[in-house]
Amino acid sequence: MALDISANPIGQPVDRVDGRLKVTGGAPYAYEHRLERAPAYGVIVPATIAKGRVRAIDATAAEAAPGVLLVMTHRNAPKQPAFGPPRASARFARARPYLGDDRVRHWGEPVAFVVADTFEAARAAAALVTVEYQAETPVLGLERHLKAAYAPETINVGMKTDTSEGDFEAAFAAGPVTVDATYHVAQQHHMALEPHAAIASWEGDEVTVRTSTQNVANTRKALAATLEIPLEKVRIVSPYVGGGFGGKLGMRAEVVLAAFGARTLKRPVKVAQSRQQVFSNVGHRPEAIQRVRLSATRDGKLTGVSHEVWMQSSPIEEFAEQTASSTRALYGAPSILTRHRLVNLDMQGGEPVRAPGEAPGLLALESAVDELAHKLGLDPVEMRILNDTQTDPEKKVPFSSRKLVECLREGAARFGWSDRPKAPRERRDGPTLIGYGVAAAIRPNYLGPCAATVRVAEDRTVRVRTDMTDIGTGTYTILAQVAAEELGVPLHAVTVELGDSRFPVSPGSGGSWGAASSASAVLDAARKVKAEMARTDEARVFEATGSVKGMRETQSYKDYSQYCFGAHFAEVAVDEDTGEIRLRRMLGAFAAGRILNAKTARSQMIGGMIWGVSSALFEEAVVDPRFGHVVNGDLGEYHVAAHADVPNVDAFFIEEHDDKANPLGAKGVGELGICGAGAAVANAVFNATGVRVREFPITLDKVLVG
Amino acid sequence: MMPETEFLRLSRREVLEASVAAAALGVCAPAAAAAPDALPASAPSVHASEVRFIVNGTPQTLSLDPRTTLLDALREHLHLTGSKKGCDHGQCGACTVMVGGQRINSCLTLAVMHAGDEVTTIEGLAAEADLHPMQAAFLRHDGFQCGYCTPGQICSSVAMLKEVEAGWPSHVTEDLGIAIDLTDAEIRERMSGNLCRCAAYPNIVAAIRDASEGGAL
Amino acid sequence: MTPFTYERAADAAAAAKAVAERPDAAFIAGGTNLVDLMKLGVARPKHLVDVSRLKLDAIDETEDGGLVVGAQVKNSALAADARVRRAYPLLSRALLAGASGQLRNAASTGGNLLQRTRCPYFTNTATPCNKRTPGSGCSALGGFNRIHAVLGASDACIATHPSDMAVAMTALDAQVRTVTGDGATREIPVSELYRDPAQGPDADTVLAHGELITAVRLPPPPPGRQVYRKVRDRASYAFALVSVAAVVDARDGQVLGGRLALGGVAHKPWRVAEAEQALSAESRPEASFDAAADAALKGARGYGANDFKIDLAKRTIRRTLADAAGLSS
Repeated sequence: MALDISANPIGQPVDRVDGRLKVTGGAPYAYEHRLERAPAYGVIVPATIAKGRVRAIDATAAEAAPGVLLVMTHRNAPKQPAFGPPRASARFARARPYLGDDRVRHWGEPVAFVVADTFEAARAAAALVTVEYQAETPVLGLERHLKAAYAPETINVGMKTDTSEGDFEAAFAAGPVTVDATYHVAQQHHMALEPHAAIASWEGDEVTVRTSTQNVANTRKALAATLEIPLEKVRIVSPYVGGGFGGKLGMRAEVVLAAFGARTLKRPVKVAQSRQQVFSNVGHRPEAIQRVRLSATRDGKLTGVSHEVWMQSSPIEEFAEQTASSTRALYGAPSILTRHRLVNLDMQGGEPVRAPGEAPGLLALESAVDELAHKLGLDPVEMRILNDTQTDPEKKVPFSSRKLVECLREGAARFGWSDRPKAPRERRDGPTLIGYGVAAAIRPNYLGPCAATVRVAEDRTVRVRTDMTDIGTGTYTILAQVAAEELGVPLHAVTVELGDSRFPVSPGSGGSWGAASSASAVLDAARKVKAEMARTDEARVFEATGSVKGMRETQSYKDYSQYCFGAHFAEVAVDEDTGEIRLRRMLGAFAAGRILNAKTARSQMIGGMIWGVSSALFEEAVVDPRFGHVVNGDLGEYHVAAHADVPNVDAFFIEEHDDKANPLGAKGVGELGICGAGAAVANAVFNATGVRVREFPITLDKVLVG
Repeated sequence: MMPETEFLRLSRREVLEASVAAAALGVCAPAAAAAPDALPASAPSVHASEVRFIVNGTPQTLSLDPRTTLLDALREHLHLTGSKKGCDHGQCGACTVMVGGQRINSCLTLAVMHAGDEVTTIEGLAAEADLHPMQAAFLRHDGFQCGYCTPGQICSSVAMLKEVEAGWPSHVTEDLGIAIDLTDAEIRERMSGNLCRCAAYPNIVAAIRDASEGGAL
Repeated sequence: MTPFTYERAADAAAAAKAVAERPDAAFIAGGTNLVDLMKLGVARPKHLVDVSRLKLDAIDETEDGGLVVGAQVKNSALAADARVRRAYPLLSRALLAGASGQLRNAASTGGNLLQRTRCPYFTNTATPCNKRTPGSGCSALGGFNRIHAVLGASDACIATHPSDMAVAMTALDAQVRTVTGDGATREIPVSELYRDPAQGPDADTVLAHGELITAVRLPPPPPGRQVYRKVRDRASYAFALVSVAAVVDARDGQVLGGRLALGGVAHKPWRVAEAEQALSAESRPEASFDAAADAALKGARGYGANDFKIDLAKRTIRRTLADAAGLSS
């Protein structure tokens, strides 16, 4: 049975297939699913100390308040398994108890949960729960506890904690030109616009939770483990996710508490974290201090690179961002030393935030490289090109593809880099100083094990299913493109269904592996269906499940080092009187394998770049060491970039097809854009003002002091 | 596991037994506390105020707790969930709707304050099957990623263009005395009350420019 | 949000009476600040009197060439009014520098004046705050106080007033008109509206409970060019770190006089007579501006994270005065 061959949609800048639902407000996010039975509303009561015990809770007034159905505390919460040790291999799939005991481990940890007929009643009653604490003195403040730093067994993604190639200390001592700079990156938060939310409903002993998660399978496992029920009894549904950025990789309190509430009340219960609660209950990018040392010859060839990191972690749950990991592969120095150390503070643990490790690490490394270029009087573009390598210095294998030099050269040409102010404070425009900055981008390319089914109906319409999620990345669209192209049907004939644990398991959205993994599985399934269709003339339904193996089982990930690359160019204006920094324009050049959708991929890049700008200039969650809370924990005072902060930002791709990556030749683009972006801005600020701010975010007061 | 009813009963008793008289954090006003001397204009109980307004052209009558925000009335009572709750404090713009044609944050206003008002949400922008030109422009320019801020961005931009048409200046308008030149900088400043964490900003500005030049608004 | 009853007032006097009669009652107009604080548990009125539909939404010209702005005129309407743009561009600019388009469409003139501080310890009921809970202490002292006051603060409270509009109004000698529960009316200069925090920071203003702002009167504009400059972290949708409202009357390179008010540095818009006198004291305008900046910041004190505001304010004053005098390089 043959299908009509139509255009080849892969790579085309087609509009999002879910776009119509999103621009009409018709796409249901977690809190918005309508069930047959009206839900009750749950509100979380957070702890207001950083460490200690709940000595007493008085829920009398809350229970007596109009409309209140349930007040749950550790005294009446269902028994749950212990969380266990701070390190676990299945980080996102492990049981995550809430209200499990009387301990308070961090500010904002749930201490009670109130369910009422209406949201208004639940919120009011939550404020009536009085908690008496036995507070302990919390350990807070990264810098004052550096002496307690320890080396974790491994860092995120199982990478090595420390690495050492060659003899860095000898190289650094030999100089002749060196940079030794310490950078500080503030605690930063995901701030997806959709707060974490869940609606739980039970049918007998089976629970369905509609929630906002990047990874359906992990949330399912974590909930089953927490409720101590079989995996088959748990269904997770997450068709639309209002942003994740790493903050929705794992299950959080709202899922567990909604499930408890619904089971107790025999009625659906919905819960959303408030914006303020999101600051203390879903993890963050930990505050980090990074020392970067570089040594080079006078003509700019790196002889040594060292990157040492001290960051906040938590005694409850360990998280070590792979902050110095990019340093292991970006430049071809003969000696490279990297080191990660953790300091346990009485706060929630760190969590992956868009490009964990790479984003904050490159802020420091690529600032330091700029410092070196300035010291040497070299063009920072040329100095980076001079230190390019086609062999991974750590793994000692070739890169599957590496077009960093092409990105730097083509980006520089399109940006007009040759017209740059060569020295700081050289260019002015009215009351502002103008500066240009450049930085390299590097991000590992991953592949996760993934399965998907493709079904061709009698009317030749196609249905794709996987539990993969679309967190704004464009998954719905690219999977439709891949299925349409492979099966030779028009795009509109393909329906993609995602985010349901009844569908085949994917690695979810995270680590920028989603597109390559799920598209490869869909391609495999489509090929199987096509092969079956070719064997018969029958007009019937065809269905096949396809899959792709993860990188750990894929030889080409052992034979080659797999990364994506890019280069950022930024122009800023700094007001000489007030120190205000405003981005003027920014261009990113990227090489990330085959691009599956030119439109959505570009959107991912510019979104990442703006995240980089935002982290370099605005984002800082300030923890008050007297209380342990994020002082500026709302969107009014924790500033993320707004429209006015983002003038002309553009991105383009260097043509590339990486046949070592996966059958499609595509690579991940979700996190590449942020990598190095902030450093390009920081370097532009230096070029404008001559002030090198090593404490991120670079706010006007730091520029004025400099 | 014990039966649910027993679980509830037991837990409740435990809580009561464990109660310790701690300083009250908040004071709960009983329903009967409605002021007997309030003005006749309206002095409803805390439980239900009848609110009549017009939403997307349709008259609606809701019986609402006076604490209900316009946003929650739309989302939880009328099931118009296109208007989003991102921060619930006027700090993100995801809840933007038009009241009497003007954009406001629906999270920072009480539904009872809008008796008789005409409210337009994202669901009311387009005629039946068609997209509003702004919606179509957002789609064409990929002016969103996760889509959560999108209805707010679109409602805001539609109303914003009307403000420009009315000659309202903005923070970046150079001359307060002449007609507005809708530069990209003007669009950005005027849209700054709508945060987009996916940072689709350049595409949103392109979409608004496209829609505004299309003149179909 | 604590339960409350709601009524819509028939007229200003009735509204004032309704609130005055109940200690737990409050006015609600645009709601942009009150609803925010009610959700946070900071404000817990048990009765709300809605004044948003009172016929206080006109901008009328006065016989002396000034304007009377109804308390219910929205911030966006006030900023866009042709007469305001022409005669009081300082006020338009200040309004347009504040908040967002959506908030300006909801926020009223009276409400803007009465908005409460954005101090994050005030808005978080779990941390001590003398403004919210008298006697509990000031967490901003010794805490994160980057946005806090460097002038006029006390050990009881170092919060700032967040309004931009009020800064411009202070420079313009605006007068607040009110009505009380017993029907009495009065006019108070905006510059005298806010209370010294040393007198107890829990009450922001000198208004009595139930005293309703009905209008703001703007005297005829002072001679000179008006410039409002707001310095903030984000380019938009952020409160001021420092803002400067300046009016400078300069002719032929000579400064004849002017007005100067600061925002973001104190519990109220900060206006110093000595600073204004200094504007024309020196023959060289730049020297006058330096003297004015120093006089305006006289007695300033930082609390750690906000130390930078003192220098920033001076720099911004000098620059804004130069801009207003048409002397910017």
